[in-house]
Amino acid sequence: MSAPHGAGLRRTILAPGMARRLVVAALAGSAADLAGVALIASAAWLITRAAEQPPLAALSVAIVGVRAFATGKGVLRYAERLTGHDVALRAQASTRERLYESLIPAGPLRQRGADLLSRMVDDTEAVQDLLVRCLLPAVAALLTGVAAIVIGAFLLPVGALVLALGLLLAGVLLPAGTAAAAHRWSARIAPARAELAARVADLVHGAADLAAYDAKGQALSDGMAAEGRLSALERGQARINAAALGLGVLIQGSTVAAVVLIAQAAGLGQVATAVLALTALVSFEPVLPLAAAGERFAGVGAALRRLAEIQATPVVVAEPASPAPPPEAPMTVEVEDLVVRHGDREPALDGVSLTLTPGRRVAIVGPSGAGKSTLLSALMRTVDIESGHITINGVDIRSYASDDVRAAMTGLTQDPYVFQASFRDNLRLAGPEASDGELTQAVRRARLDTWADRTGWDTVLGEDGRTVSGGQLQRLALARALLFDPAVLLLDEPAEALDEETADALTADLLDATRGRTTLLVTHRLRGLEQVDEIVVLEDGRVAQRGTHAELVSAPGYYRDLWESETLTASSRASSR
Amino acid sequence: MHKDLLRLARAEPAVRRHLAVCLAAAVFAGLLVLVQAELLAGVLSGRFAVAVLLPLVVVVLFRGLLGWIQGASAGRTATGVKSVLRARLMKRFQESVFAGPRSGELVTLVGRGLDALDPYLAGYLPAVAVATVVPVAVLARLFVADLATGLIVLFTLPLIPVFGALVGWTTKTVTERQWRALSRLGGHFLDVVRGLPTLRAFGRARYQSSVIRDVAAAHRAATMRTLRVAFLSSLVLELVASLSLALVAVPVGLRLLSGSLDLDTALLVLLLAPEAYLPLRAMGTKFHASVEGVAAADEAFALLVPPGEKQPDEKQPDQAATDRTPATRPGVSPVPDHGVHTPSASRAPEIRLEHVTVRYPGRDQPALDDVSLVVAPGERVALVGESGGGKSTLLHLLLGFVTPSEGRVLVDGVDLATLDLDEWRRRLAFVPQRPHLFAMSVADNIGLGGSASPDLIRTAAAAAQAAGFVEALPDGYETVLGERGVNLSAGQRQRVALARAFCRPSAEVLLLDEPTARLDGRSEAAVVEATRTLAEGRTAIVVAHRPAMIGLADRVVRIGGGRIVPDRPQDHGQGNGHDSGHDREADALAAERGDAR
Repeated sequence: MSAPHGAGLRRTILAPGMARRLVVAALAGSAADLAGVALIASAAWLITRAAEQPPLAALSVAIVGVRAFATGKGVLRYAERLTGHDVALRAQASTRERLYESLIPAGPLRQRGADLLSRMVDDTEAVQDLLVRCLLPAVAALLTGVAAIVIGAFLLPVGALVLALGLLLAGVLLPAGTAAAAHRWSARIAPARAELAARVADLVHGAADLAAYDAKGQALSDGMAAEGRLSALERGQARINAAALGLGVLIQGSTVAAVVLIAQAAGLGQVATAVLALTALVSFEPVLPLAAAGERFAGVGAALRRLAEIQATPVVVAEPASPAPPPEAPMTVEVEDLVVRHGDREPALDGVSLTLTPGRRVAIVGPSGAGKSTLLSALMRTVDIESGHITINGVDIRSYASDDVRAAMTGLTQDPYVFQASFRDNLRLAGPEASDGELTQAVRRARLDTWADRTGWDTVLGEDGRTVSGGQLQRLALARALLFDPAVLLLDEPAEALDEETADALTADLLDATRGRTTLLVTHRLRGLEQVDEIVVLEDGRVAQRGTHAELVSAPGYYRDLWESETLTASSRASSR
Repeated sequence: MHKDLLRLARAEPAVRRHLAVCLAAAVFAGLLVLVQAELLAGVLSGRFAVAVLLPLVVVVLFRGLLGWIQGASAGRTATGVKSVLRARLMKRFQESVFAGPRSGELVTLVGRGLDALDPYLAGYLPAVAVATVVPVAVLARLFVADLATGLIVLFTLPLIPVFGALVGWTTKTVTERQWRALSRLGGHFLDVVRGLPTLRAFGRARYQSSVIRDVAAAHRAATMRTLRVAFLSSLVLELVASLSLALVAVPVGLRLLSGSLDLDTALLVLLLAPEAYLPLRAMGTKFHASVEGVAAADEAFALLVPPGEKQPDEKQPDQAATDRTPATRPGVSPVPDHGVHTPSASRAPEIRLEHVTVRYPGRDQPALDDVSLVVAPGERVALVGESGGGKSTLLHLLLGFVTPSEGRVLVDGVDLATLDLDEWRRRLAFVPQRPHLFAMSVADNIGLGGSASPDLIRTAAAAAQAAGFVEALPDGYETVLGERGVNLSAGQRQRVALARAFCRPSAEVLLLDEPTARLDGRSEAAVVEATRTLAEGRTAIVVAHRPAMIGLADRVVRIGGGRIVPDRPQDHGQGNGHDSGHDREADALAAERGDAR
């Protein structure tokens, strides 16, 4: 394990109460395995000693022992499984909590697809496996092995040595081998798996294209080929694991045979030989599964490393050491010569300036990739500023806490999300304190009231089959923004991904709803923009044109081109509303 | 036992062979334990000489070898079954034209989902085989060795399945009751992480941290409540097994004391008795581990059989998201009809729709309702009208993706239903509303399904206004697209899809579904111009919203509510009179609204 996630894990495991629970679980597991060894050892002693026909009293302790160990084994195993799972769930919870906290500042999760997100969440389950399937069994196996060796040492030191050797081979070398093999094989299997997923995704999502272009056969055989490669690798991996399994059995049997041979050669008594041999045999029982644990450990290690990488990703926006007091309304926002760059590419914004005075509405238009959304991200402090500045009431936003900046400037962001919660709760996250009246009003202003009444305020959204359509999603996001009522309202492509009629209706509604509010509207559609105070045309991160709708329409350029294209269909859409 | 899965394993000769080897190895290895116990007891009791340790080691060697064979052939069985299932699922996806709303889950099922079968095939099945043979053999040997012990084991052994079933049966209701709650609580974290940008925007991100803690605590409490009951079964099994050992060992010891039993038998009994219980317990454990795999198998088989049913229902790009019905779809023909006719090829055909009605199951309104339309060879028709009106359905009808419930489609007088669909589709060039780009190179994406020369691909890209951005990609035309490759913007994707259509110079019919929907004004003009060139000498049916596209049509057909809306006959509208165009559209729309309600 490498240092960073080792440190994180240590913090989890050593969290208050954790260490104690972990020790309890480990002790219960070890005790269960020890009871198993003791059961066989005492039974062996009982039987071999009885064969010598001593008085009954000599056997009574062993009889009690056999019965006690038999009962204890079952009960202790139950206790181990409960305590082990409890501690593993706690460890997982605290891992998730810490992961989440490291995600709160903007940065680590930039540009991650939904699939990668769910894989990341799956990775947090690795902590459970680490404890329940790797660490606790290893501790129990270790203690049991040591106990068996100690028993052996009392009976026959050389026999104990042989047993120790066998246990080390099966409990340390073999798991190390499977872990190394799993590590190497997963490096080969992962790309094959990704390849298959890509081929299947193509078959599923591109079915219409493939059918129309008579390419289904090719796509199918590509998919089969990818499947074949993956299967071949998986078979290879199965062979390696099977070999480890077989070796374990071989080591166990040979060790017992060797122990018996040595005992006979050393002239050890029949009772002691039987006890030694059976103890050796049973002491392997908790040790042999460690080979499989080693294999799992490799996967766990990779998952924890991925999580550590995410947590180690630097945040993109540094918080000020002593933040300025939050800005107060009315707010004037000034953007001056703003330059923002994503990574080491060309600047996404290159010298953009604009002013938002209270009550003023400004629209940003331009082709995709012109930097419109980047501007909003800079205002919301989710990307950092390379040069130039943004001020609120004359104070640079870098001296405010980023949460305070977002409390002042926020709204409808890109890709709004519907949580698996009731419609009411989905709305309320933007106004936890809001009264029902305020909720209703926000919904009405976003023209979502009919839908809300029909769907029901307490209907759980986001679950399979009850997803919200694109238009309603954007309206829900708008209702949230109106409910939150920031001093400066930011709206990022509210009509994105909507069909033309819905887009027009929504644009008209939000222009109505934002009258008199300080608003920055990012859009690629021009309809209704005659209502805003200023339009800024961005192209390639620079301000190409600015002015009112009337001014821009009368000058040649991107805006007029787009407007002409749009007006051609305007009347048909006007009549359809 | 999973019937479908076993049937599948039996039906595939290779899989059947590997499974047989695997089970045989497992059973044989289990029986070798009897031999091992016999030899060890003999050596320890002094009945056998020390030299017998050598055969003992040989037995152990064989057990190891058999373990290896079992594991390797179990791996082969598992990959074999998964291969067959994956192949069948892929074939199924390939046959259906529309990706369903759960398509993401299907992709996961074919990949990680089916891996859950491993514990079932490689773990549970061999355990079942061992559990049916080995305890019986052990029991037989015990009866031969010592009747009393044999009886004790015989009477306690059934307690394991009986108690297992009893506990399982009582915990089942508890578990099921909590399962939904558990999965919801478990999904909460993913939900919050996905929605983090939204939470951040409204200053709720930090607050959620405490919610996550509370939900995790609730999740743990609920899980532990379930586990306390679920682990009872393993407690019972463990107790039965270990107490039975005590039950055997103590009387055996006492009988040794009285001299009515010899040590060799006693040791044999002690070594063998646990082996009677072990396979049953192992089977129980492996069963629990394979539950997830059984669920995955159920899901896979539900998709596979019976064909046409329980299919992922199609989501028409043009129809609203409400359009989801898990019933059969007589309207959709998933398998290409290999009919008899080969259409007279080589020139643009006449397409004739005669009273065509298309119904999607579960919807009252037909998608197309008694539509009759004739498209002359070489004619350019623009389909206009509101979303969901049936425009895309009309294109899908011509592509053979859907079949008419009533009426027929004639191509040069031949019913489309009797044509070889693959043959027919080779004469078409289609740009869907939301084209899919494949995880392969740009060149392969443009030359999809054919063996287009690099020159043709470049020409097509240039004509579709795609050459500029494609050449700017890291590896130009060889750049691989997709999750791990380069992502293109919506407009760029549209242009790659257009280039695909341009890459079929032999196509006689163009079917374009809003080809300029996501383009900005400048690229739109260029694409319209290119489409005009492409449509030269071909029949073109174009779903259009924007007037520039409508402008290049010879005829505008307005579709609303699944019907053709009567329109004023339009003279060759090479459209410079935009204003008159507006009026016509406005009138038509007004007429259509009156007509529809």
